[in-house]
Amino acid sequence: MTDPTPDAPRTTSRSVGGDLVFRATVTAAAAIVPLLMAALFIQLALGAWPTIKEFGLRFLYTSTWDPVAEIYGAAPMILGTLVSSIVALLIAIPLSLGVAIFLTEFAPQRLRGPIATMVELLAAIPSVVYGLWGIFVLIPVLRTLVVPVLSAVLGWTPFFSGNFQGNSMLAAGIILSIMILPYISSVAREVIRAVPDSQREAALALGATRWEAVWSAVLPYCSGGILGAIVLGLGRALGETMAVTMVIGNRHDIGVSLLEPGYSMAAAIANEFAEAASTLHLSALAEIGLVLFVITVLVNSFARLLVWRVTRKFGAT
Amino acid sequence: MAVNNSRRRLVSNLMTGATLVAALLAVIPLFAILVHLIYKGASSIDLQFFIKNPAAPGALGGGVANAIMGSAIIVGATAGIALPIGVGAGVYLNEYGKGRFGWMVGFVADVMNGTPSIIVGVFVWTLLVRPMGHFSALAGSVALSILVIPMVTRTTEDMLALVPNSLREAALALGYSRARTSLTIVVRTAWPGITTGILVAIARVTGETAPLLFTALGNLNFKTDIMQPMQTLSLQVYVYATGPFPEWHRLAWGAALVLVMLVFVFGLVARFATKTKYHAR
Repeated sequence: MTDPTPDAPRTTSRSVGGDLVFRATVTAAAAIVPLLMAALFIQLALGAWPTIKEFGLRFLYTSTWDPVAEIYGAAPMILGTLVSSIVALLIAIPLSLGVAIFLTEFAPQRLRGPIATMVELLAAIPSVVYGLWGIFVLIPVLRTLVVPVLSAVLGWTPFFSGNFQGNSMLAAGIILSIMILPYISSVAREVIRAVPDSQREAALALGATRWEAVWSAVLPYCSGGILGAIVLGLGRALGETMAVTMVIGNRHDIGVSLLEPGYSMAAAIANEFAEAASTLHLSALAEIGLVLFVITVLVNSFARLLVWRVTRKFGAT
Repeated sequence: MAVNNSRRRLVSNLMTGATLVAALLAVIPLFAILVHLIYKGASSIDLQFFIKNPAAPGALGGGVANAIMGSAIIVGATAGIALPIGVGAGVYLNEYGKGRFGWMVGFVADVMNGTPSIIVGVFVWTLLVRPMGHFSALAGSVALSILVIPMVTRTTEDMLALVPNSLREAALALGYSRARTSLTIVVRTAWPGITTGILVAIARVTGETAPLLFTALGNLNFKTDIMQPMQTLSLQVYVYATGPFPEWHRLAWGAALVLVMLVFVFGLVARFATKTKYHAR
């Protein structure tokens, strides 16, 4: 480090040098984040290359998965991931938006903190514990209480036909809905809170009831952000691994009934990766990982942009 | 008009009630899980549980000493790898990162926060396990680090942003260098908040299982060598829960209870650490 002003006290030149070192250090730390992301993508793509070359797009829509004959098609897993996530969203959306609206608009001040904390604690419970609870508590409850009712009322539809086998799409979807609920509700709360109070006051002043104020003046204002919250929840559900692996049943077939076992992309990787012996089997699992990665990156980017636009619009963080 | 109004009021009350019901339904699973954990887990926990390793398959007894040790080592190593990088990146984002590169880093960190952890496991397997030829606790720590870094980056940035600019200006006006201002004034003021973020991130990865399945792999013996496969509490819960023996299921509940208590303790400590005067937004 040469000192451009020899007259300046020594400490200055040392601190300028120190500044540069400090800045270089933290910049390097920051650069690691995008580098990791790029390395993740490149490694997965390299790992998946043998199956991409061998099967091309057929990998995505065929359903034979035979490690002995070395034929791989991931359609059952891709479909299973989508179906279990959609079931989860159908349950979680009304509940989590209800919680978010209750906590921001209606709940007495004293209740807001405790209820918010309890809902957020759901996000702190490890996935494997959800799986444990799913196996030994949720599935028996579904078998004795819920499924008989579902079969009686909706058994005529293909979605609830057949026998309940315990491990099933339905169990996976319900577990997932509990797991994504805190994520959706906390982001939804954030965006609802970002709506300026003048919106609510204007609606109430015009004679709207409290619900009408929420419905017609608050929610339309932050609908983009609410959609973002839901899409973030979808991103969580798509990639959730342990709990799903433990209750979905791990079946390599495409079934319509939610009462039957299924499979998901993350569960396939979790079950088979450590035992995969051949290059092509490993590669097939890496390609499933690559597809899952690309889907979740797209879903999360879209969600982030939506939430970011709403919270920025009102100048809140 | 009056009829119309009472109908509107009725709808309003019904919908308010519906959101209350949603809130009640949302907290039921929490209590259901905690009650079962305590009810089924507490009976498995005794001194033996903490000082013994898993018994042979099918045999009675056994404990999780190896898993507790393994969790401590793997999570400790994760903290050593990930915290300097995460905090450094957060400092960069707040102090220098207002340009396009900074925005990109922040956005990538957000997106990585949503990346499925199992994929990180596959990545670290190709990066470390395959070249080294064997599974290792170190690979598990690297996988967990990749999850921790983006979380800590974002919370560090958020906490630093809360430090009033007047403090920074005062330090600079006194002749402090940028580096010294950042480290001794800004980071130090925000430190309680940063600690909270760190504890939350550590709590989350303590419960992670998926990225460890083919990195740390698991081990039924008591191991402290970071280059060898190692057990964690989360892996132990998975093995016990999916195994065929009732005795294992009993131990699974015990291990799960210990795991959840650990995670909650981290969370509670984090909550107290947050109580700083710059926390209020």
